[in-house]
Amino acid sequence: MSNSTRIGREPLIRISKKDVAPWWQKAVVRVVALIAALVIDAIFIYLFTKMNPLDVFSTMFKGTFVFDYGTTFFINKLLRTLRDMATLLCIAIALAPAFKMKFWNIGAEGQVLMGGLATACVMQYFGDSLHTPALFMLMLTASIVAGAVWGFLPAFFNAKWKTNETLFTLMMNYIAIDAVACMTNIWRGDKSAMGTINQATQAGWFPNIFNQRFTLNLFIVAALMIIVFVYLRYSKQGYEISVVGESENTAKYAGINVKKVVIRTMIISGAICGICGFMTVAGKDQAISTATAGGYGFTAIIVAWMAKFNTFYMAIISFLIVFLEHGASEIANTYGGLNDYAASVITAVILFCLIGSEFFLNYSIKLRKGSKKEA
Amino acid sequence: MDFAVELRNVTKRFGKVTANNGVSFSVRRGEILSLLGENGSGKTTLMNMLSGIYYPDEGQILVGGKEVTISSPKDAFALGIGMIHQHFKLVDVFTAAENVVLGLDEKGKFDRKAISDKIRKICDAYGFELDPDQKVYNMSVSQKQTLEIIKVLYRGADILILDEPTAVLTPQETEKLFSVIKNMRDDGKSIIIITHKLHEVLSVSDRVAILRRGEYVDTVETSTATELMLTEMMVGKKVSLNIDRPDPVDPVERIRVEGLTCVNSDGIKILDNVSFTANGGEILGIAGISGCGQKELLEAIAGLQKVESGSVEYFMPGETESRQLIGKSPKQIRRLGVALSFVPEDRLGMGLVGSMGMTGNMMLKNYNEGFNFFLDNKHPKELAEEIREELEVITPSLNTPVRRLSGGNIQKVLVGREIASAPAVLMTAYAVRGLDINTSYTIYRLLNEQKKKGVAVIYVGEDLDVLLELSDKILVLCGGKVNGVVNGRDATKEQIGMMMTNLSSESEGGSDE
Repeated sequence: MSNSTRIGREPLIRISKKDVAPWWQKAVVRVVALIAALVIDAIFIYLFTKMNPLDVFSTMFKGTFVFDYGTTFFINKLLRTLRDMATLLCIAIALAPAFKMKFWNIGAEGQVLMGGLATACVMQYFGDSLHTPALFMLMLTASIVAGAVWGFLPAFFNAKWKTNETLFTLMMNYIAIDAVACMTNIWRGDKSAMGTINQATQAGWFPNIFNQRFTLNLFIVAALMIIVFVYLRYSKQGYEISVVGESENTAKYAGINVKKVVIRTMIISGAICGICGFMTVAGKDQAISTATAGGYGFTAIIVAWMAKFNTFYMAIISFLIVFLEHGASEIANTYGGLNDYAASVITAVILFCLIGSEFFLNYSIKLRKGSKKEA
Repeated sequence: MDFAVELRNVTKRFGKVTANNGVSFSVRRGEILSLLGENGSGKTTLMNMLSGIYYPDEGQILVGGKEVTISSPKDAFALGIGMIHQHFKLVDVFTAAENVVLGLDEKGKFDRKAISDKIRKICDAYGFELDPDQKVYNMSVSQKQTLEIIKVLYRGADILILDEPTAVLTPQETEKLFSVIKNMRDDGKSIIIITHKLHEVLSVSDRVAILRRGEYVDTVETSTATELMLTEMMVGKKVSLNIDRPDPVDPVERIRVEGLTCVNSDGIKILDNVSFTANGGEILGIAGISGCGQKELLEAIAGLQKVESGSVEYFMPGETESRQLIGKSPKQIRRLGVALSFVPEDRLGMGLVGSMGMTGNMMLKNYNEGFNFFLDNKHPKELAEEIREELEVITPSLNTPVRRLSGGNIQKVLVGREIASAPAVLMTAYAVRGLDINTSYTIYRLLNEQKKKGVAVIYVGEDLDVLLELSDKILVLCGGKVNGVVNGRDATKEQIGMMMTNLSSESEGGSDE
């Protein structure tokens, strides 16, 4: 081949689409990604702090799992992780129907806040006058309505006038934040900070189970997880959501009323966010503030995407994210040399590797064959 | 022998699918080579490897007798290979000249005049007609195609690959294209045409290379080839070339369209006072250059298109009272008891849900029957199984997203579903577009079966040969107006071609293009 004119060479790396990977391959790729992430983290920790990476990792682990402080403490720590996971998961579940419909609801933060605010209002104004069952019913109803309204508005405007749902839902967040700020200002009056609602009577507080008020949250979210999964996969309305998400023309062809489906789905999405607000106020904080949703309204978007809208995968992913978050703050508390930011880098590397590993499941990479023709 | 391009044992795989397996053939200088093959036989993949879009897994490519490596479209251009894709890659808001030089890495200042002059020189040399300053959004499909070809020539290509160039052209435009292609050949250029229209292969090419299921079959001199022989090589088994046309069984009026007018978003009348009737037991063909209102006509009948004025009446079998369809949604039309089936042009974007499997798609139109909150999966699954067997749909499973199936199988799923609902009216838009011969005949057979059952079949088509062999009557649309209805049994191709392009004197106010 002495006369071969080489116009460029075979590319060094070629990327081609792969068939669907078998489950074991998926598992292997993810485990490898996790190990790679830990190795990168270890190098990072050692280079910048000269600390033993293994110590740091075990501290991280202790953010969720503690074995040497006795059973109660262990359960409390684990429960605390589960509590935050439940909040995150609940919002992700709420987003699933909307996202499956390709309606980009990034207003979960606001929808949760409105649900929480409605709950707080009922606790504040009816806490003394209503019996416990009636009070809880009213709190739940109010939170669902408030969240649903916050979901309905952008959907209605989108269906009617084709407004952009991403911007609309985003801006609704700020209205919710200011509404909460306004109400808390009214309630706290001259005090420097807004206290716990109904501190004395504990009216509208979730009951203590396993020594924790939020235990009920876990059961509610578990139930929602199953309900939404079944709703999306086996119900006629879930079918409509899939069709609308895939192609609006197909939906019209099938005789589906697209506007109705969009509005109905966003009401459901907002309502579940409202329930999340209800649980956060009644079960976790017993208070309301602009930080009640804690940014989880946005984190949940990542969860919903990574889980490809399957609510069970969402559970795993929200646990992972909360586990990393708690681990990071544990590190920051334990070591002077590693502050919050360093801890965030560690979790970021892990998430990066896990999400990036998806690439290797969808594509295969081929290297250039040996350059034997050169010589 | 002086070969312009030679392929040796070229193989390309996508995952488990082998698109090309050990393909070897060659193209001479100054010849037109047709690359013939059914859909999915690997024609486009093979050409994409020549033009640097894909890289072969195995095998060698020789250009001008020397082995080359083509790893990007830029490499291909450097070797003088240019491809004109089926879907044009043009920037709408740019002029022809701007599109031509787009992506060229030339030094010096942007000299519009020099560019325009060079474009005009190319036009004159081969007989193209193109205004370098015309914006692409003002161009017709055939002008855009001309521009694509000039773009390639401007870059100095002497090996041109055209991917199904006639799919979007009228018969007259096709003639014109073929004459410039012949001019280019006489100038010493090598031209590869991908197609599956046999009569075009025979009329334009010097040699024909045939692919079947990703493998190279043979190359034959066109002068010695016949349609039958090529078909046999292409499909691997004998296929009757004649489309069956049973006589209509006591035709009864089923759909009566009167004065239908639709206006598009620009305020232009896309349908203008259209009137006709479609009878049960007949196939009504609708001919016309693409974009002459065919799509809107069918969608208006199906309740998917906003109508300005006019009426569409439906006569229920066994009833004399008619039912008005205009102003009703697809759901309301169905509730009215109108058994209307519609195979739309955009199969995945309208007729099917790409992300769902066959089962999920079977229930698209009737998932909402009954009062159960949950879906009934059982019956759709049985139906899917039935269609898969009867129409030989190739799919790994009933739950494989239909988007992953080949074009022919996607259409079988769609047509199968529409026929399964026992329609009284069956409308199809470009039902065989992009399908291989085998699948096309399956579709013709299914339509004829429906006709024999007394269904009013409306067949919007683009291939005049098929329209003439399949339809009992042919309605010709021209610029949104009805330009006449002819009898399918004695009309000629030229007659219809003329009607598609020239409004007759009685359709007043017509513009002739």
